[in-house]
Amino acid sequence: MQVKNEFRPKIVAFCCNWCSYAGADLAGTNRLQYPADVKIIRVPCSCRVNPLFILRAFQRGADGVILCGCHPGDCHYTSGNYYARRRMTLLFSMLDFLGIERERTRVEWVSAAEGAKFAATMNEFVETVTKLGENKRLEDLRCKKA
Amino acid sequence: MDNRKEQILRESGVNVRKCMKCGKCSGTCPSYDEMEYHPHQFVYMVENGEIDKLMASPSVFKCLTCFACVERCPRGVEPAKLIEAVRLEAVKRQGMNHLKSDQIPALLDDEMPQQAIVTAFRKYSK
Amino acid sequence: MQRIGVFVCHCGTNIAATVDVKAVAEALKFEPGVVVSTEYQYMCSEAGQSLIKDAIRDHRLTGVVICSCSPRMHEATFRKTAAAAGLNPYMVEIANIREQVSWIHKDVAEATEKAIILGRAAIAKVHLNAPLTAGESPVTKRALVIGGGIAGIQTALDIADAGFEVDIVEKEPTIGGKMTQLDKTFPTLDCAACILTPKMVDCAQHEKVRIFSYSEVEDVKGFVGNFSVTIKKKARYVDELKCTGCGLCTEKCPQKKVPNAFNLGLDNRRAIYIPFAQAVPKVATIDADYCTMLKSGKCGVCSKVCTAGAIDYQQKDTFVEEKYGAIVVATGFNPIKLDAYEEYGYSQSKDVITSLELERLMNAAGPNGGTLLRPSDKTHPHTIVFVQCVGSRCDDGKGKSYCSKICCMYTAKHAMLIREKYPDTEVYVFYIDVRTPGKNFDEFYRRAVEEYGVHYVKGMVGKVLPEPDGTLTVRASDLIEGKQLRLSADLVVLAAAIEPDKTARPLATKLTASMDTNDFFTEAHPKLRPVESPTAGIFLSGACQGPKDIPETVSQASAAAAKVIGLLAKDKLTCNPCVAHSDEMLCNGCSSCEKVCPYGAITYSDKEFRGPNRTTLIRRVASVNEAVCQGCGACTVACPSGAMDLKGFSNSQIMAEVDAICK
Repeated sequence: MQVKNEFRPKIVAFCCNWCSYAGADLAGTNRLQYPADVKIIRVPCSCRVNPLFILRAFQRGADGVILCGCHPGDCHYTSGNYYARRRMTLLFSMLDFLGIERERTRVEWVSAAEGAKFAATMNEFVETVTKLGENKRLEDLRCKKA
Repeated sequence: MDNRKEQILRESGVNVRKCMKCGKCSGTCPSYDEMEYHPHQFVYMVENGEIDKLMASPSVFKCLTCFACVERCPRGVEPAKLIEAVRLEAVKRQGMNHLKSDQIPALLDDEMPQQAIVTAFRKYSK
Repeated sequence: MQRIGVFVCHCGTNIAATVDVKAVAEALKFEPGVVVSTEYQYMCSEAGQSLIKDAIRDHRLTGVVICSCSPRMHEATFRKTAAAAGLNPYMVEIANIREQVSWIHKDVAEATEKAIILGRAAIAKVHLNAPLTAGESPVTKRALVIGGGIAGIQTALDIADAGFEVDIVEKEPTIGGKMTQLDKTFPTLDCAACILTPKMVDCAQHEKVRIFSYSEVEDVKGFVGNFSVTIKKKARYVDELKCTGCGLCTEKCPQKKVPNAFNLGLDNRRAIYIPFAQAVPKVATIDADYCTMLKSGKCGVCSKVCTAGAIDYQQKDTFVEEKYGAIVVATGFNPIKLDAYEEYGYSQSKDVITSLELERLMNAAGPNGGTLLRPSDKTHPHTIVFVQCVGSRCDDGKGKSYCSKICCMYTAKHAMLIREKYPDTEVYVFYIDVRTPGKNFDEFYRRAVEEYGVHYVKGMVGKVLPEPDGTLTVRASDLIEGKQLRLSADLVVLAAAIEPDKTARPLATKLTASMDTNDFFTEAHPKLRPVESPTAGIFLSGACQGPKDIPETVSQASAAAAKVIGLLAKDKLTCNPCVAHSDEMLCNGCSSCEKVCPYGAITYSDKEFRGPNRTTLIRRVASVNEAVCQGCGACTVACPSGAMDLKGFSNSQIMAEVDAICK
């Protein structure tokens, strides 16, 4: 197996269709760079993100997961991001209990007009996760390729 | 090459590119008439790397550091901080101490606030 | 097993310059289920679309993955393409390799690798896609316009002329907005009232237009085609139907010391008032903050003089609920407060005024009957200084970072009008840049300089100092001559930045319409959909979307009307088929989903199921009303038994994407 010189984290970003995904598009339109390690999954609303998806990502070898939604009060579906916020608070305390570093998960509010914020958030998040190194604790070794 | 410009920018923390050349700093400067180069010119000339001219000019010592330009600049450029950095640079390079500590007793009088002496000392010596 | 086709778009060089599109197409060819994988210059073009259509037919594709720009851009286009080739449109998935790859990465190898991974995720998702059919919902054929300024008036008239009913909600006692306060308009110098008041009257007389004046939007429910809006009619203590607008009460009211908001406090009015002579509706309103009767119960003069018996001190706020198919936001703008700009002395001297105050001072119906006099001593000013960009283009946290767009032109107008009327007056305009992009705008500005001799000085005013003799010392820089000027002026006019109305932010929350950091409403697409909010059924008209002058506001207002008419002309709207669905066999009837649904789309009913040994069981199960569900997915996570899932974004689909990305 080839040994990589440099650790590149795998990062999954869940973005709500109305604000954060549009914010990511705006970051693209403005050519604001952020690392290629971030891969975005589009969901209709941040409240669509089941905590299980995040656990699944860690199980499959993700090193960090970030959930982006509309700012509180601006949710396209009125209240979805409030549910997301509560659910993630619970999930994060559970991850904490399991010994997963708190910095590997994050919830961030990014509106459709905040392309710069999106890029800055991703840059910072990738940097944080890169410093933490590989996520080994939750990774399911059965999923790992030999 | 342009080390001095970089150093002045770093020391002052001023982003000269934010300037939109409105001239409000110079419009507000109380020592405008005393100066050869005016606050807006400092910003422009540092941007163009014309540091030597600025350092050679007495203008650097005419700035009162009253911060009126900093307060009123619509872009948050802070010209006074830039002038301060150029002044420090001039003082450092040329060893041009305009005020020595043994001169101070002679300057003291009842009218002058102590703050002014402290400020002047900071401003005119290394 | 699905038969999947992968189509990689070059987008000219937008994608191809940083992503090796051939390598992407080649790599995705070997993914499970992929039967064809190809790339093309422009997939969204006619030729690109027929390439997709042909591939669907030739290879009997059951799923399509397109690696191209954001799905927010062309998802609808490619869904139509698939439908035209006989494939269910919801069997199309898009991998965003432009906004998320080529535009933000520079390294070709890295970008290509990411594009392949995003392609894989889309393929993994499409494997689990199921054909979906969109339902339909009816359209209420009535529009609501929020704000009755020139933008709202124009939108309402255009919609009404197309034969649809329109309601205007205006928070002030009269429609007309800011334009009623203006004197003349640039670049033609025709009087604002002369062109606006006929339109206001048209609104009042149009059989399809209803005006809710002195009213506000209290609550908004529903979705495109089916909004339900609660309108609060504020108590004006005058019966609108009885009041004839004779104005006798406004002359007899003993409370004379009420700052006249219409004249920006430059003079006083009574506690009962009609804002101005041409108000629509021409109905009096009692200012509850000043009325002696309402405050202490001792007065009642207006009620005694009113021959129509319209005064009603007991009037309360009333609420009206109405249904609408579309909502137009036209909440407009206000000049900013100048508290943060003490250097201009706005609060220290009465003779430092804003441009809007100057409009009132120069207006024939204004406090001085159209004669320009200093507010302090009512003398004629001989030297007038205009200061541009007060609070505009400021990113120091005190003002607004944007250009307010209208100030350059109205200042040229003011300077010109003053020089024409009072040739003995010297007029100075201090500017940073003069911005005049518009039809006949630069010619207008040049006329001010060349024909009227207005002194334009490049530089900013640093300080305005009120002197004991009543004059104002203006200290400014003249950057071209390279000197600091000290002028003695009689009047200083500040071109204050404009900002969205304060009511816009809470309204946006009610409408779930998005806003930018300056509280301007964001449009669905900055170039191609400038009058629509990203929230379906919400349209934008006028300065609530960004600073605009009158010609631009009117054109945008008509554009918004055209979009509304297009929507209301439809009998049915296609619903979003990506809605929640409950698996009755898994549902345990716990009501968790019902509690989180923001739309009340989930109901419970008892259903019969076959139990063991030929018995019948009655179980309480959830069902989703697909016409009401908007597809947010809150319920899918709340469901403890995993019965609830979202079509198009199912648990298994998102998991498959996660797996593909983490592989």
